[in-house]
Amino acid sequence: MTTFKINSRTVTFDGDDDTPLLWVIRDELRLTGTKFGCGIGQCGACTVHINGAAQRSCVTPVAAVADQAITTIEGLATADDRLHPVQQAWLELDVPQCGYCQAGQIMATVDFLKHFPAPSDEDIDSHMTNICRCGTYARIRKAIHRAAELGTVVESTGARE
Amino acid sequence: MSATIPGLEINRRQFLVAGATVAGGFLLGLPRGGSAGEAAGKRIGFFVQIERDGQVIIGSNQPEIGQGQRTTLPMLVAEELDVDWSMVSVRQMPLGIVKTDDGYAWKYGGQGVGGSTGLTDNWDYMRQVGATARGQLINAAARRLGVAESECTTRPGLVIVKSRGAEIAYGDLVTEAAALPLPEESPPLKALKDHRIVGKQQKTVDALDIVTGRAQYGIDTFRPDMCYAVIARAPVLNATVKNIDATAARKIKGVLDVFEIRGPAMGEPYQVLASGVAVVATSTWIAMKGRDALSIEWHASPSASDNSDDFWRENTDLLEGDGQVVLDDGDFPGAMAAAKTVVKHSYRVPFVSHAPLEPQNCYAYVQKDRCHVIAPTQMPSGASRSAAAVTGLPREHIHVEMTRVGGGFGRRLTNDYVAEAAMISKHTGWPIKLQWSREDDIRNDFYRPAGIHELQAGLDGNGKPTAWTQRLASASKYYRRPNMPDDELFGAELYVDDFPRRCIENVRLEYFHNKIGLPRGSWRAPAHTANAWVVQSFIDELAHDSGQDPLQLRLDLYGDERELPYSNHGGPTFNPGRLSRLLRFVAERIGYGKTLPEGRGIGIASHFTFGGYAAHAIEVTVVQGKLTIERIVAAIDCGFAVNPNAVDAQLQGGTVDGLSTALGLQITVKDGRIQQSNFHDYPLARIATFPALFETHILPYDDTPTGVGEIGLPTAAPALTNAIFNASGLRIRSLPVSDFLKV
Repeated sequence: MTTFKINSRTVTFDGDDDTPLLWVIRDELRLTGTKFGCGIGQCGACTVHINGAAQRSCVTPVAAVADQAITTIEGLATADDRLHPVQQAWLELDVPQCGYCQAGQIMATVDFLKHFPAPSDEDIDSHMTNICRCGTYARIRKAIHRAAELGTVVESTGARE
Repeated sequence: MSATIPGLEINRRQFLVAGATVAGGFLLGLPRGGSAGEAAGKRIGFFVQIERDGQVIIGSNQPEIGQGQRTTLPMLVAEELDVDWSMVSVRQMPLGIVKTDDGYAWKYGGQGVGGSTGLTDNWDYMRQVGATARGQLINAAARRLGVAESECTTRPGLVIVKSRGAEIAYGDLVTEAAALPLPEESPPLKALKDHRIVGKQQKTVDALDIVTGRAQYGIDTFRPDMCYAVIARAPVLNATVKNIDATAARKIKGVLDVFEIRGPAMGEPYQVLASGVAVVATSTWIAMKGRDALSIEWHASPSASDNSDDFWRENTDLLEGDGQVVLDDGDFPGAMAAAKTVVKHSYRVPFVSHAPLEPQNCYAYVQKDRCHVIAPTQMPSGASRSAAAVTGLPREHIHVEMTRVGGGFGRRLTNDYVAEAAMISKHTGWPIKLQWSREDDIRNDFYRPAGIHELQAGLDGNGKPTAWTQRLASASKYYRRPNMPDDELFGAELYVDDFPRRCIENVRLEYFHNKIGLPRGSWRAPAHTANAWVVQSFIDELAHDSGQDPLQLRLDLYGDERELPYSNHGGPTFNPGRLSRLLRFVAERIGYGKTLPEGRGIGIASHFTFGGYAAHAIEVTVVQGKLTIERIVAAIDCGFAVNPNAVDAQLQGGTVDGLSTALGLQITVKDGRIQQSNFHDYPLARIATFPALFETHILPYDDTPTGVGEIGLPTAAPALTNAIFNASGLRIRSLPVSDFLKV
């Protein structure tokens, strides 16, 4: 039995402790924006925030998040007209192709920008490790820089995660 | 969504479809293809729906695999319909199968995406749908006001009748429009210069759903009472189950059933690829745990001796003999004998996996008299066939819904996972969702064929290539097709009309088929990925070995613009002058010929793929065995770009796919086992591989669009390896590059 918060809601999971958080989020809570890609923490399609830090939920046992606060892509914005700056930048640059990895890319970027609010290309290369099989990397790179610009503006209005 | 559309009436004489929607809207479909005669009983229609409030819903009949069809095809309808693009929403159509007296009809036209044909097949058709719908609205307005149709025109969402000073919203005309007969012929189409939507940058219609996590893929299917299934597949190719000990698995709380899945006989056409054991459970994770707890004994497989090393040796041995000559233009032996210089090199192209990021999955519910399938597929009619084959149900009772697809790349042209899901549901009687793991996916793929290409050319005293041969020993993709004669196997691996045919006088192509059992299939831009790499590498070598400039030699060979016959897919003609134009462009952009520092080099390549033209120029650094890509310039000529934003995306994505694959990817087999399993040992490239200096260009050519999903891929790899040679003198003649350089 594990209790945790997800997108500000308190939930309890009564299955096995070793169940990866990913499958609890998807199969039990039906928050399907978080994706399964590899199951070994390689691709990042399953990236969520645990207490604000990006983590790969496919290799995080649910027991490890007891009493922690999880944010998934569904919890990043409060409404479509109040998107997170990273989501806004993704729309501006029209990043997605198949789109399957993009929730993970966005969640990874949100955390990355907390540590690198004005990132260089080298910062991006060193820290962004999510796989995009469609190869949207050129637009992802631009969107990260754009989100950094937008974030500076939005930060002052307080419309953040 | 139901497979039948309420309120639909079929006018069999004209084969047009019109009617009212439940909400009182106007519904229109059109026959596919030209005359109703040939289409009679086969093709009924696609639809556009206009609601009273002016909202327009346009059906998208094709699978969306990331290539942008859900945006691009509705754009064509909206353009001719004359509506504001912001008023359009898009609805995914299911497979539109209808039983007829002599077979099946396809209510929404041919459905399936492969070979970059989604756009070209629908270019005229979708615009006719829009133009006809607009005509109906004009007709309705004219009747209401008692004026001639010629007095009416439209502005986005409005019929304008100037003589009466009237403007009537489309939404206000829908009821009357729905009741009117359709014209014999569809109205004329707009001139390209009058376009407001088509030819302009349009964003992906589903982007908001994607960035908020709402977009629904196959894996996101949840249905009432659904159970979850996984399969433990044979670890050795073609192995079958000898004994299952499921005692431990069945003890796991939530494991509901365990049973055998039978694979095909070796080499036979397949429904499923591998034998295995299905585990059905109350959640995906429990099914996976159940699978881990199985103890399975396998029969010895005849493929247990399959080894990549042997495969390469066999191909080398094959090339020692005489193969099947599949093209013999001019007098190749005579020209070789007369050549001043002879250059010969061999290139090795490995097997690679598709690895779409969404692992295979499928929902199936097989009942006594029907079957419901929800799948991420590129070929929904194939899904229907697969489900029919394993259930024995008539195809018209198999309802196939398509979800958004988390990447295709050709993998989901094959519906083996649909067959598996149907088998499991049939066996249990339950609605189930089958989920593959990444390991299942990489080890059970229809791999891009591997082979050894031996190229040889003769040059005259002026350095002009006068004779050319490509001898290919490979594992043809056509190996398992029913009724495929051996002498046609080459057709999947060598496209005879490709360059340099007709650009060099004496050309001979020779094919040798390797009979390895490893499954093969279509991998994005199929044989072009191999052939563009070897041909564009060899041209570079010819230039180097004969003291010529690689760009100039290409320009000399391509020559001026002219239409050459092209009988392979993407024809009917090929204009090598369009390659010259692209090459000159990318060469200029990257500063080809400029003085470069030590360890720095530039490579170029160009190729014609499925009707479209592309070129790459890439600049790299090679220092102490470490490769860095410094700059990428890519250009595409797809005739007319319907949605430049989507064309640009495909060119970027194709470039990344081509480079990622060439840099680090290969599938190898040892003792019948695929040696790779997940992204740690099948390392798709990440963002750090690709420089910030990454530019893409669309060079418009004429008014005819070609598909773009595959065009931008083939030239990336040869531009890269040519750049590596230019930078370091290291000639890569075997992929991946990571076998020779740190990448």
